[in-house]
Amino acid sequence: MVGITAYGAYIPRARLNKKTIAEANAWFDSSLNSLAKGERAMCNWDEDSITMAVEAATNCLVSQKDAKINALYLASTTFPFTDRQNSVVVSEALNLNRTIRTMDVGGSQRAGTSSLISLLESNAESDTLLVASEHRRTKAGSRSEMLWGDAAASVLIGSKDVVAECLAIETYASDFVDHYRGEDSDFDYDWEERWIRDEGYMKAIPHTVNKLLTATDVNIGDIKHFIVPSDQPRTPGVLAKRLGIDSEMVVDNQIQNIGVAGAAQPLLLLVKALELASPGEHILLVGFGQGCDAILFKATDAIVNYKPVIGVDAAIKNRREETNYNKFLSFNNLLEKDIGKRGEVDKQTFLSGYNRRKDLLTGFIGGKCRECGTVQIPREKYCVNPECNMLDSQDEYYFSDKKGRVATWTADRLTFDWSPPAYFGMVEFDGGGKIMMDFTEVEDGKIDTGSILSVHFRVRQFDAVRGFKKYFWKAVIED
Amino acid sequence: MASGIKDKVVILGMGCSKFGERWDSSPSDLMVEAFEECIKDAGVERNQIEAAWFGAGIDAFNVGASAMPLAIALRLNYIPVTKVENMCATGTEAFRGAVYAVASGACDIALALGVEKLKDTGYGGLPQRSRGLENDMYWPNLSAPGAFAQLATGYRAKHNHNKEDLKRAMAHVSVKSHANGVKNPKAHLQREITSDQALNAPYIAEPIGLFDCCGVSDGSACAIVTTPEIAKTLGKENLVSVKALQLAVSNGTESSHDSWDGSYLKTTRIASQRAYDEAGIRKPKEEITMTEVHDCFSITELVTMEDLQLAEEGKGVNDVLDGNFDADGKTPCQIDGGLKCFGHPIGASGLRMIYENYLQLNGRAGARQLSNPKLGLNHNLGGFPHQNICSISIVGPYD
Repeated sequence: MVGITAYGAYIPRARLNKKTIAEANAWFDSSLNSLAKGERAMCNWDEDSITMAVEAATNCLVSQKDAKINALYLASTTFPFTDRQNSVVVSEALNLNRTIRTMDVGGSQRAGTSSLISLLESNAESDTLLVASEHRRTKAGSRSEMLWGDAAASVLIGSKDVVAECLAIETYASDFVDHYRGEDSDFDYDWEERWIRDEGYMKAIPHTVNKLLTATDVNIGDIKHFIVPSDQPRTPGVLAKRLGIDSEMVVDNQIQNIGVAGAAQPLLLLVKALELASPGEHILLVGFGQGCDAILFKATDAIVNYKPVIGVDAAIKNRREETNYNKFLSFNNLLEKDIGKRGEVDKQTFLSGYNRRKDLLTGFIGGKCRECGTVQIPREKYCVNPECNMLDSQDEYYFSDKKGRVATWTADRLTFDWSPPAYFGMVEFDGGGKIMMDFTEVEDGKIDTGSILSVHFRVRQFDAVRGFKKYFWKAVIED
Repeated sequence: MASGIKDKVVILGMGCSKFGERWDSSPSDLMVEAFEECIKDAGVERNQIEAAWFGAGIDAFNVGASAMPLAIALRLNYIPVTKVENMCATGTEAFRGAVYAVASGACDIALALGVEKLKDTGYGGLPQRSRGLENDMYWPNLSAPGAFAQLATGYRAKHNHNKEDLKRAMAHVSVKSHANGVKNPKAHLQREITSDQALNAPYIAEPIGLFDCCGVSDGSACAIVTTPEIAKTLGKENLVSVKALQLAVSNGTESSHDSWDGSYLKTTRIASQRAYDEAGIRKPKEEITMTEVHDCFSITELVTMEDLQLAEEGKGVNDVLDGNFDADGKTPCQIDGGLKCFGHPIGASGLRMIYENYLQLNGRAGARQLSNPKLGLNHNLGGFPHQNICSISIVGPYD
């Protein structure tokens, strides 16, 4: 039996109140007012599809620490790098093994479902990890800006402790150009919504779903969770009706609290459905984009005992309201801000130096001294314990899964930061080790000496001149 | 066993430029200004200087690399000149080089000069700069106030001070230094401030506010040193002698080992104890009569008073508020106005501190002259609380 064995989700904490988007842009397009309900997830300045993927994968894997993962696929249409395998960065941040098969899958809103099909059909004996992550780019004042959001989701695929068994798979490939993004474009260009609905969704999906079901003994009425990723609020319901599925079975696209997360949306909704599903219930997952993917799952008895570390529900609740539309524009590089002279300092990454420190920078790996047991980061040649100072005595020690506490801190308003003030301080880890590091997601008044924290893989700097991004780990204060 | 530096070298002369926003002065201009005062004071000719040490902190915004800028600015006569850099403790490093050279017998008369031109960056505060290729990849992009704000939170947590008491004591540190700076024509900032001004100023890096920060300025200071014997043959009287010269450099223990809690400067404790031992000082509180410490931020000065054993650990707040370090207090601190009023041209500051002690010991400190100065301690700190360099020099009358 092959299927889903674990799952997790990540949604950026910041949720932009949609009224602020409408208030800023309705002077130009008053129809935006009709969409100004709820909020949408927005990446912090230091988040992107790689960092969200690391978060979602971590949330998926924590419950499966013993998993032997032999493949990691990353699905996205917003990879930070066009030529530098993004999935390898994620794999190294997760400290997965070096024999792992990695792949970036993009190019379509179906990237998530198509990767899932590929992994389900691979018949691999080990577990395989799929992460879908999307940091969506939209023009200011567009409907997409109102309807879309940033998020990531991850599923582990395997044959042991399966919580949702894959029953059937069907695909329909058709170059139906509802929207596209050319190689030189930052933004999508789309066609009329009604045409996409009538000639796209309403034709491709029924065709594929009906074909899928004829190959099984499952009836359309057995579908308890019907997933149609779409930024058209009513279309999934209309489709359900056309197919004969009760409209209550439609998994909501969360447009009013996350926004539609592109290639990550099918997996995000799958995670949501898995959180709700009872044993024996059928989940029908559809992916739409230049055709259609359809995958039928059946929840197993094991789903009762599976509790995600962070699923969609918990991720939705872990939120911070953002009402500053300018901040959203800045974080998404949609306006040219005066960042001050301190921001002008050259940020070139010296790749050979970066490569030497990759264990620290990507894996957040320090050392543990074999002689005295002292845990330390960064790992240098001599042990830091003044009573020891042994040479080459340290084994690798992973800090990325450790909690810690704030020893000292400040909110620095002088130094350059994309979202001032810059919070940083000395962090002391449970089990030993300390390092001066950046904090992110700090809310005013919610940090002090002793605050409990966890660490997260984030963007550290941009080199706009050379198109490079540096990543490192930052501390987040736990609620 | 090493006998130490005590009374082996004396100061023949010193000079100090006006510190401030010297928009129209180049580093060379500043060097010449300090040097002209110094060499006249020393009473020697330029060609009697046999070796020089040149302190400059930030190459990119200052004079560039190597010792040549000093040799060229002063037209030194092809003598050995060494460039030194040890972050904000650079000025004292130049002094240490010159003093050690004389003490070793390698030369009779040596020059130490420090200069920094901080006001050519186009913005306030210390220049944003690299901390090294690898450090830049993971260190927080910390500013100096951000780094020293860590000391405030660490100190407060360790000693359970409430935020308000600590902030009041920090304000007093700055109010006191501004009051002193008014009496110093070479200081950059020569105006008094009130405690309310300091308390209500905007945060730069919580809990450090604007008036908790030292100024940023251009400046140069220098010293010519020799042996006591040579100074006497040159007709010098009331010699000011080097009693101790110590340096402690962090080895990463503070930043990576749990034996340090962030509430004090480990290097200051180590270097000052070594300096007291070298100078034969048993009771610093009673024997040190004045201090110039590295008050880059008010919290640094407060904690430094404890690390120098001039206040009890955790009690510095009370001693500061009681006025123990005011101009009329038990151990006046920053009688010249300190970094607070002089600003901190990195290469120059350590020598500027010694310059004030030198003037005081010679009775030449004008309106701020202390009545009976004996031993003056200078504390010059480079880096951040968790990784730093501390220089301690002690000067006093040659017996």
